Amino acid sequence: MSTAALADDLRAIVGPRHVRAAPAERVTYAMDGLPTHRRLPGVVVLPGTREELIAVIRLLAALDIPFVPRGAGTGLSGGALADDGAVLIVLTRLNRILKIDAANRSALVEPGVVNARLSAATRPHGLHYAPDPSSQSACTIGGNVAENAGGPHCLKYGVTANHILSLEVVLATGETVVLGSPGGEPWGPDLVGLFVGSEGNFGVATRISVRLTPLPRAVRTLLADFMALRAAGEGVSGVIAAGIVPAALEMMDQSCIQAVEDSVYAAGYPRDAAAVLLVELDGRDDGAVAAEADAVTAILKAAGARGVRSAKNEAERERLWQGRKKAFGAMGRLSRDLVVQDAVVPRSSLPDVLETIAGIAARYELVVSNVFHAGDGNLHPNISFDATDEAMRVRVELASAEIMAACIAAGGTITGEHGVGLDKLRYMPLIFDAESLGAMLAVRRVFDPEERVNPGKVVPVHACREWSRAANPGATPRGQPVLAL
Amino acid sequence: MTILERVTALLGEGAVLEAGTDRVPRIAPGSPDAVALLLGTAHQEGWRVRVEGAGTWLPSDAPADLALTTRRLDRVPAVEPQDLTATAEAGIGLDQLRQQFADRGAWLAIDPPGLAGRTLGSIVATATAGPLRQGFGPVKDHLLGVTFVTGDGRMVQSGGRVMKNVAGYDLTRLQAGGFGAFGVIVLVHLRLRALPRADVTHVLEGSRDELTQVAEDIAASGLTPAALELVSPALARRDRWVLAVRLVGSPTLVASDEAGLGRFAKLRAEEAHSFWMRLSEGFAVRPVTFRIGGVPAASDELLDLLQHQVGDEWISAAPAAGAIRWSGETTVDRLQRLRRTLAALEVPLTLERAPWPVRMAVGHFGAYREGAGPLVAGLRRTFDPGGALVVATDGE
Repeated sequence: MSTAALADDLRAIVGPRHVRAAPAERVTYAMDGLPTHRRLPGVVVLPGTREELIAVIRLLAALDIPFVPRGAGTGLSGGALADDGAVLIVLTRLNRILKIDAANRSALVEPGVVNARLSAATRPHGLHYAPDPSSQSACTIGGNVAENAGGPHCLKYGVTANHILSLEVVLATGETVVLGSPGGEPWGPDLVGLFVGSEGNFGVATRISVRLTPLPRAVRTLLADFMALRAAGEGVSGVIAAGIVPAALEMMDQSCIQAVEDSVYAAGYPRDAAAVLLVELDGRDDGAVAAEADAVTAILKAAGARGVRSAKNEAERERLWQGRKKAFGAMGRLSRDLVVQDAVVPRSSLPDVLETIAGIAARYELVVSNVFHAGDGNLHPNISFDATDEAMRVRVELASAEIMAACIAAGGTITGEHGVGLDKLRYMPLIFDAESLGAMLAVRRVFDPEERVNPGKVVPVHACREWSRAANPGATPRGQPVLAL
Repeated sequence: MTILERVTALLGEGAVLEAGTDRVPRIAPGSPDAVALLLGTAHQEGWRVRVEGAGTWLPSDAPADLALTTRRLDRVPAVEPQDLTATAEAGIGLDQLRQQFADRGAWLAIDPPGLAGRTLGSIVATATAGPLRQGFGPVKDHLLGVTFVTGDGRMVQSGGRVMKNVAGYDLTRLQAGGFGAFGVIVLVHLRLRALPRADVTHVLEGSRDELTQVAEDIAASGLTPAALELVSPALARRDRWVLAVRLVGSPTLVASDEAGLGRFAKLRAEEAHSFWMRLSEGFAVRPVTFRIGGVPAASDELLDLLQHQVGDEWISAAPAAGAIRWSGETTVDRLQRLRRTLAALEVPLTLERAPWPVRMAVGHFGAYREGAGPLVAGLRRTFDPGGALVVATDGE
């Protein structure tokens, strides 16, 4: 089938304004938040209703055409890119909050609802949606579900998987299934838990029921600055080992601090510090939270903090957080391109791993800035570079691989919240053997026997030991794209 | 050659334990690799295998050619108190595990129903959370990863050993609550917490309706108790229903929360310990135990429904979490009728524990929303292509 004919069929479903077939229109969707991968989708379609979405997927099933679901495109793993043989289904028009059930602390939303908008809508009820990725002003709940997104406050409140009660999902065939129940108890095995973080490989969530969390009544936000990165890392270990669970425990290194302070997001971080920790404590009672803040202050000072100060009011707290959440944007000042890396290590190994990363950066003559969820051991080494400099691109790839290897060697993993997508495929065999990768592929084929949804992501097929196709006899994975440009 | 002779040749005499009353050979592999070897052979030979832990929760009564017990998989390869993580084999008893963690200042915030020696693998496979689910979430929230062996003997790792991990699909969540239908869990990576410096329990007696309201008020007040459990008189061994509030954490936070409780009576440490232990053990006594999960606001209505259909003598509920556990004597017909009624209310019923004929007829799961049944069946065929594992998932 020609692309033009397919575009016409899609226009018949969603209307002529919501199909992008011209090359100039499709370029908009060629990348996500990671500048090192680029794919031009065959056709882009933006359904406006659940029914249109199902009709689009059924059409693609009938034509045996692969497709990639995409939210706001803020992902950092190349996970929402489609090649020219596939259709990109953009879900941002499915953006209705269908129900807020304050009594049961839940909400039912469409996948294109922006994360921060949901929290804003539930605030009058004294509730919020706790997972708060840095991109929360743009990223969608559907994308958060696909990636099992995290965020600073996931240290205390848990990641996306902890907040999804039930899902309505359209499979590759166009068939709808309902996973989970309104109270969150599964009907048998936890298929919601299996779906969350499957990076679009199992289908498209059309309706998402989320758990809402009461807004904390008392909050204290501390800023601690250190003259050595290692001391800051030891401060993190000290807080965790003391049994204190802050709402958030974030670290920024000097390179990141200076980028923020040079930008419009300047938060008042001390420029000469080797690292700052942003620690938020919350709870019901102001006195108790203040006492915990005192305990944290003492631990951080014992670890070598030069100073620890508490935000005096909401405006100062917001300023401190803005610096953290906009740090990635602020790093745009350092170079024209930025790779936001993502890995997790045991918390006690943070000081050693940070030193190793600094050594890798020096060896490859790259600027690496660290801004990350220290309380979870979830690192984000950010490499500033110029993508037009081919030699530098090679150094970025080599340094990224060495950073991943260092995190794995420390007992960690290759991604904590950004997903595998395209970017981390090559690292999957470093942490999973062929049998375990084969198991993942076999599970994917239960949901999508022809591997038509978001093909080529998450599981490196070449590294898998083959499993039987007993689950879906007769189904065959798709081969070459059938769309002809 | 008999099955027992084959297994003895395969794993050695040390792996053969005394059979139970049904004379099914009981095999205790001494390592995850031995589990894989045994299941691989069972798959090839067409043997039917039932999986057991310590034998304290599910009755050892499923018809099978051999019983695989995980009780020799009882090592704890790693406890990392500074990272608050640990790795343990599936056959270790929770009591031993708790002690090892406490010795290192760490705590696993899971208090499942059953006897103290119940194995970690059993708790994970059945996802049986106890009252601490109110404050610390279901069993799956405490898992960083698992290693399991499929019905055809493949060893699969999922997840990892760190606090966050989105590398690959989350097969750990499939295993938590899979009742062993998707493989035998052999190794578990756990998320721990620091041993709380303060741990107190307060109780209030009253009518069920009155206490449900008090529980709602507590939840709405912003208190975040570790447990907020409504317990029936028989189970609590009291004259009336009991609402128990458990607060854990730093002494300052706990003292602050205690001040917000009002007319509750505080239990002494040993009283609190025996109260929660009795509650856990109470669910391992009667023949049938199940759990249901609804929305919090429906808790009262669901308790009424249970009282009407199967009685409410042995019940423990977390009204603010919408979770209810029931135990007692009942029939297959009543369970099936109850599950149908609850399904219409979008409330799943999971049969946690029952004699084999009841499990077989009712199934641990047995009711799915639209389209989910074929997915579960497909996953089952994927992880146990020969049907070696004897698990009553769906009922008749």
